[in-house]
Amino acid sequence: MSASRALHRRRHVVNVIGLGLATLATLFGLIWLVWILGTTLYNGVSAISPHLFTQMTPPPGDSGGLLNAIVGSAIIIALGIVLGAPVGVMAGTFLAEYAHGRAFAEIVRFLNDILLSAPSIIIGLFVYTLAVRPVGHFSGWAGGVALAVVLLPVVVRTSDETMRLVPSALREAALALGAPKWRMVAQVIWPAARTGIVTGILLGIARISGETAPLLFTALNNQYWTANPANPMANIPVVIFQFALSPYDQWHQLAWAGALLMTVVVLVLSVGARAALRRRS
Amino acid sequence: MSASVHSGLLPGAAARRRRRGDAAFRLVAGAAALLVLAVLGLAALSMLLGGLPAFQRFGLHFFLGTEWDPVTKRFTALVPVYGTLVTAVIAMLIAVPVSFGIAVFLNEVAPAWMRAPVGAAIELLAGVPSIIYGMWGLFVFVPFMSDYVDPWLDATLGQLPAIGVLFSGPPLGIGMLTAGIILAIMVIPFISSVMRDVFALVPPPLRESAFALGATRWEVVRQVVLPYTRSAVVGGIFLGLGRALGETMAVTFVLGNAHEFSLSLLAPGNSIAAAIANEFTEADSAIYRQSLIALGFVLFVVTFIVLAVAKLMLLRLARRAGGRP
Repeated sequence: MSASRALHRRRHVVNVIGLGLATLATLFGLIWLVWILGTTLYNGVSAISPHLFTQMTPPPGDSGGLLNAIVGSAIIIALGIVLGAPVGVMAGTFLAEYAHGRAFAEIVRFLNDILLSAPSIIIGLFVYTLAVRPVGHFSGWAGGVALAVVLLPVVVRTSDETMRLVPSALREAALALGAPKWRMVAQVIWPAARTGIVTGILLGIARISGETAPLLFTALNNQYWTANPANPMANIPVVIFQFALSPYDQWHQLAWAGALLMTVVVLVLSVGARAALRRRS
Repeated sequence: MSASVHSGLLPGAAARRRRRGDAAFRLVAGAAALLVLAVLGLAALSMLLGGLPAFQRFGLHFFLGTEWDPVTKRFTALVPVYGTLVTAVIAMLIAVPVSFGIAVFLNEVAPAWMRAPVGAAIELLAGVPSIIYGMWGLFVFVPFMSDYVDPWLDATLGQLPAIGVLFSGPPLGIGMLTAGIILAIMVIPFISSVMRDVFALVPPPLRESAFALGATRWEVVRQVVLPYTRSAVVGGIFLGLGRALGETMAVTFVLGNAHEFSLSLLAPGNSIAAAIANEFTEADSAIYRQSLIALGFVLFVVTFIVLAVAKLMLLRLARRAGGRP
């Protein structure tokens, strides 16, 4: 009897230790979150000033703002959306509506998921050889293309998945009314899957707003104002990279301010999109 | 309204127009799907071709040598490849048990009201841009490591006979250990969210039968949940490994961009992604640039294999449970 009681006690102790360690692991994860976001918030808020939105990035050791980088980032991200989102939605449409049970669709899904997690620095190198090398100089266009490649797999996956959730009865009803298939897709499937598709695009925008590596060899940087994507363009992530690694205090301040702006934009977009997805499902 | 469902009954011109409209739409959609494949294929091809001169010039020595000298134009990959692998291994050693713990906590320990907010907070870590990890690493975590952790490691583990060499050296703060820890924080949300999702796929009757037999929660996790989800758990780990191998900005800030080979985890090192990020725009000779692109190709091949294995392992459980995780 005492042997079985000892066994019982041991199993109980192991249980408490195991679950206790699991709780500690969760605390461990949350500590980093608080530490990182706290540091960004503290340093970022103390570096925020009105000049941020009215002045250009300064020369070394001088003070200034981030206006050209903010505008450049907005333009490059917009290019990425315009180039990447329509292709992504169309590819998702093909997978969900035109390629039922075909090996081709499974291959595309498989490779799309790999592209989703592929190192973004490689996408930067790829777009460099595609759009910078032949032209001979860095440009906002190349930055937009690189971000479009990062955005593409996110949009493909979410639009494919949400369109497949649309009930078949809707498709059959549209076809039974004599609608051609493309009108069935455009007027029945897309509206029915709209929330999911838009959410996917928002998640994609959140992702590309935080990407640095694909822009290093494509958009590069520009100390001066430009709204023309044919030139090298300043953008928040590359400015953060350069300024944070510099020895100048004013540049560090601006890097923290940029970091806070970027984190807020990315987290608001991704948390909002995820909340919308969850409410729907 | 006499036209019926079947397009063959429409008047000729209308039917033709309609067929053409459908065919055009299908073509555009198919081309978009093909573009996804083309992007991946072209990326691989462009890097293979771009790096080929370096592979040809240095041959097998490219993977075995440690020199990296822009002046004499000799470039070999051992130091960055070694750094990539070591930082990823450190990251996995920390991230896998922690992620498992988080998944167990969220599925077994936490009261219902706590699960959604804590799960969302952990997912928030995945949303933080990688350059923020890099900046935080450089300005906050590196000083912390050099003030507290590195000296302590040097004084304790660094004095041991065989493994001491891994933990000895000046407390600079930058280096492979710091980079590995930051990578671990970055991949924890990815691995834990896969584990959490697949743990939830275990059919309730399986768990309940084990509880009915008197199993403790921990025994249910170890002997029911984990065996049922093993392939997907491995898939999630490989997914995290793929991320860790290719992560760029976070490690670029804290690795130190050193091209000298060192066994010590406290010494500055390099990784493939960090070398490319630091040096590509400053590469002043063709062979310099080609060597960096060759490094990129190596990284591409390795991450492709790791991510493909991850995907296959995840699909295996998905097929059994019916549905994509």
